[in-house]
Amino acid sequence: MFPALSVLILLPVLGAVAVAALPKRRPELVFPMALAASALPLGMALWVLWNFEAGEAGFQMIEAAVWSETLGIGWKLGIDGISLFLVVLTAVLFPLAIAASRSIADRTKAYMVSMLVLEAGLLGVFVSLDLLVFFAFFEIVLVPMYLLIGIWGSGNRAYAALKFVLYTAFGSAFLLAGIIALALITGDQVGATASFDFRDMLDLGLSSSTQLWLFAAFGIAFAIKVPLFPLHTWLPDAHTEAPTAGSVVLAGVLLKMGTYGFLRFNLTLFPQASVDLAEVMAVLGVIGIIYGAAVAIVQPDVKRLVAYSSISHLGFILLGTFALTRQGIQGGVFQMVSHGLTTGALFLLIGMLYDRRHTRRIDAYGGIASVMPVYAGVFLFMAFASAGLPSLSGFVGEFTILLGSYPTVPGLAIVAGFGVILAAIYLLWAYERIFTGPVVHPENEGLKDLVAREVAIVAPLIVLIVALGVYPKPMLDRIGPSVDAVIERIEATTDYVAPIPGPTLVVRADEAGED
Amino acid sequence: MTDLIWLLIALPAVGAAVLVFLGRRLGEPGAGWLATVTVAASFAFAVVSGVGFVGGTVHPATVELFSWIPALGVDATLLWDPLAVTMTLVVTGVGALIHLYAIGYMHGDPRFGRFFAYLNLFIASMLTLVLAGNFAVMFVGWELVGLSSYLLISFWFERPSAAAAGKKAFIVNRIGDWGFLVALMVIFAAFGTLDFGTVFGSAPEVLSVGTATVITLLLLVGATGKSAQLPLYVWLPDAMEGPTPVSALIHAATMVTAGVYMIARTGALFELAPVSQAIVATVGVLTALFAATIAISQRDIKRVLAYSTISQIGYMIFGVGMAAYTAGMFHLVTHAFFKALLFLGAGSVIHALGGEQDMRKMGGLRTVMPVTFWTMVIAWLAISGVFPLAGFWSKDEILGAAFAKGGLYTGLWAIGLFTAFLTAFYMTRWLAMTFLGEPRWSDDVHPHESPWVMTGPLVILAFASTFAGALNTPWRLALERFLEPSFELVTQSLPPESIGVVAALAGLSLVLVVLGIVVAWRRYTTAELPAEAGRFWYVTLHGYWVDDLYGRVFVLPGKALSAWFAAVLDGTVIDGIVNGLGRTVRGFGAAMSTLQSGWVRSYAAVFGGGVLVLLVWTLVHGGVI
Repeated sequence: MFPALSVLILLPVLGAVAVAALPKRRPELVFPMALAASALPLGMALWVLWNFEAGEAGFQMIEAAVWSETLGIGWKLGIDGISLFLVVLTAVLFPLAIAASRSIADRTKAYMVSMLVLEAGLLGVFVSLDLLVFFAFFEIVLVPMYLLIGIWGSGNRAYAALKFVLYTAFGSAFLLAGIIALALITGDQVGATASFDFRDMLDLGLSSSTQLWLFAAFGIAFAIKVPLFPLHTWLPDAHTEAPTAGSVVLAGVLLKMGTYGFLRFNLTLFPQASVDLAEVMAVLGVIGIIYGAAVAIVQPDVKRLVAYSSISHLGFILLGTFALTRQGIQGGVFQMVSHGLTTGALFLLIGMLYDRRHTRRIDAYGGIASVMPVYAGVFLFMAFASAGLPSLSGFVGEFTILLGSYPTVPGLAIVAGFGVILAAIYLLWAYERIFTGPVVHPENEGLKDLVAREVAIVAPLIVLIVALGVYPKPMLDRIGPSVDAVIERIEATTDYVAPIPGPTLVVRADEAGED
Repeated sequence: MTDLIWLLIALPAVGAAVLVFLGRRLGEPGAGWLATVTVAASFAFAVVSGVGFVGGTVHPATVELFSWIPALGVDATLLWDPLAVTMTLVVTGVGALIHLYAIGYMHGDPRFGRFFAYLNLFIASMLTLVLAGNFAVMFVGWELVGLSSYLLISFWFERPSAAAAGKKAFIVNRIGDWGFLVALMVIFAAFGTLDFGTVFGSAPEVLSVGTATVITLLLLVGATGKSAQLPLYVWLPDAMEGPTPVSALIHAATMVTAGVYMIARTGALFELAPVSQAIVATVGVLTALFAATIAISQRDIKRVLAYSTISQIGYMIFGVGMAAYTAGMFHLVTHAFFKALLFLGAGSVIHALGGEQDMRKMGGLRTVMPVTFWTMVIAWLAISGVFPLAGFWSKDEILGAAFAKGGLYTGLWAIGLFTAFLTAFYMTRWLAMTFLGEPRWSDDVHPHESPWVMTGPLVILAFASTFAGALNTPWRLALERFLEPSFELVTQSLPPESIGVVAALAGLSLVLVVLGIVVAWRRYTTAELPAEAGRFWYVTLHGYWVDDLYGRVFVLPGKALSAWFAAVLDGTVIDGIVNGLGRTVRGFGAAMSTLQSGWVRSYAAVFGGGVLVLLVWTLVHGGVI
């Protein structure tokens, strides 16, 4: 069988090599070459999407090459409804992020190589079925991201890059320990020294205390990635100081490594611990929703504002995930993708404005809608998409999460609903200050509206956001079975029963017997 | 025919889409005509496919378009029944007239095409709301009308006050939407579906009184936002920053009545929660009184009408709250006519005076603008409730139903009756200050009658405001019979059965109305405007300072808390710990190493140490070793 997923990971790597091999005297080739190199994995991802069997719960397009029998390590890849759209999202965002990197003049080649390696790492994270390989990809991502922030970032980039790496490395240490421990336990089970195969780990029958410790080890790493309050303070610095493409990828894809990790590993491998800790996790999610949104309101820097809004939106995903209902989790997976599109788009747009004015301070603007009407219109569209306006993708995710969470954590779902109000406040207030009123600063008077290249970058995102908002069915049909499988696993291994919304039909035994 | 009712939404939606991209190229007046034609076409189609309900040849039907959110089992479904028909006809009928009017009113605006794109978007959104066959689709329309409202209020975004008003409207509406959203959570958990048919049909078996009360009170929160009722009415007066056709269409005739429609639509749930019904009715009648007292002292020609709208919607909410659904809907329809007319008349005046909105600088316009004046006379009589114009019939049907219900509702009836007196007073003041007495405008202003595209809709609406009462006279309850299929699941509150009592009640309210007119007439048709000094005028002119109160109680503390989160909790506490840890680790790494120190080393140190400790611990604990 055609090794689609290996090719998918390999394409950006080959692209990086090709970009690196370009002759020094032809710098003008770097940008088109990198763009082309990022288009190939997109094509491959679409091929995967096309050939994905809807209605299947398990992994598809599985590849398995064993490296060591005794250690149970191998190149094992597979894709299911949970990872499918994260892969597609990654493949969609990278060409756009690279296309938006036209203004990178310093060490362009190294920049593009970093981007492509980053893409390979992220794709690898989502399709790995071997936990050691997963961990390797999880860590590989760190390096190009560190470079992107540290070299091509702005102002306080050194601090932001270091903070990002330290936070993440701290979590990774726990993750690696957890993975090794789990692999040894699994090895015991299958009669080897160790096994890192995800599929071997499904039937371990771990004691609940072991589950709890492993949940914590994995959970800390993922909580930092999401990020969860109070482990979130790397995010605003990293997002703000990163170059545009870095912010797009950070918010669009990188954070989802955390929410994906919770769903793929914690919920699936440690079901009892997940049930025990569900409410705690959901509370942390809701704190993130409210706290992130509240702090976003008062940010004087528009990029920081969007960064904090990500904390709020990711909180919704966590709430949905740990509501432990089919609807909640499906909404969460959907929201991962939707947030990638809307927040990715917002960072792209902020980058376009930054390219013109070289400031992100909200008070440096005002009245921009008069000088850049198209830009203002697109920004407003994205603001409403991000605020969860119905008929756009953000609504489908949040609505499904909220309706799905209410049956198990009603109080939290109601409080989370306030996040929807706060989103309107921080987005519309920022829009008001940047775009409306008279043009107060003379340096803004001559700003040029979006050019064709920039319109071409945001147009696909607009189309996807509308399409997923109006007709999310094809996507939910593919997510659904895999999510159901997660819930069924939890129900099979614990005494938890996911509530099914609807009237409770009480049939007394004697009445039933008479019929 | 019924299968095609999605066309009602699609026509203006396509119009909006075309105008967003081609509005500038179509220009003036082409863009306006395109928009007007799409709405008129929707109106015509609604008439054709709805007329069958009169003779009973068409029956209520649900149309399933496509599966929308399979995770929740939610489909895109529309419901075509007499209630939906009524709303659709009001929205598209009044909507088409206002589109036409706006072609004249927006003449010369540089964003002419964009304006009509938004106006069409509003019609499509509103029709989504009223045609929805389940709560989710209704919520889509509910929020999208909020979007259109935002876009149109802040249409002249160069004006900071317009931009702020748009934002305020959307945010306050979202507070109401939160209530709606939570209601949907409870409904979904209780029924497992959001489908109107299933929910309403099985509600008596599924819902306890407690749950029904919770759901309906949450729906009321939604209604108070969208329909500008206490305590969420504060956005509507500011919404007058929008162009006047917008005020007429969205903030008077149609969108703000969405809450009334929603309560009527969900009557089967309110039926199970008498406490909620009493609360809704009380909120409605108190809003009617409260807003009327503010309307009395306003000096801006549009702000009087804005508070009047809040007050009149209060009547409607009062009506549907006590299960007088037909009466509430009846008043919704007649109000759509005369309030749209009043706003368009106000727009005509503002247009003629070059943008002046202060009534103290008007007066004496009756001879200069005869068409506007005479249509405004009709509107004034209609809203005041003078026999036999439209407002008389619909308002008195609500009051009659309250009287017949007795108990608490007798008290509410008395408040409603007194509000009718206030209404007659402030509307007479409005008419007199604008059109009667001596001219008070400055010499450089040259008022003129508006062009036919503007006066034409005035005349048509004046006609409707005069005769719409015939829709549901006490002896020929046409509207009630028409709406019957939509209210099969509820028991309606009706006015007293005896025509004598009805006539006596009507006579009583007529006396109060005439009294209000006479008092105001004597006061405001004098050569000089009376001084409006004194505590009452001062307090009501400032709307009881409710905006300031909200600012102090919610906005300022909210911002302060956010700022504290950002600066202290995030900045000092968490980052303080993080940076402190970073320094410690760095020192630790330096201490361990005789070579250089740096982040790579601290990374390695944290990493290695962490791995080791955890590995050993987990292995021991996990029973592997």
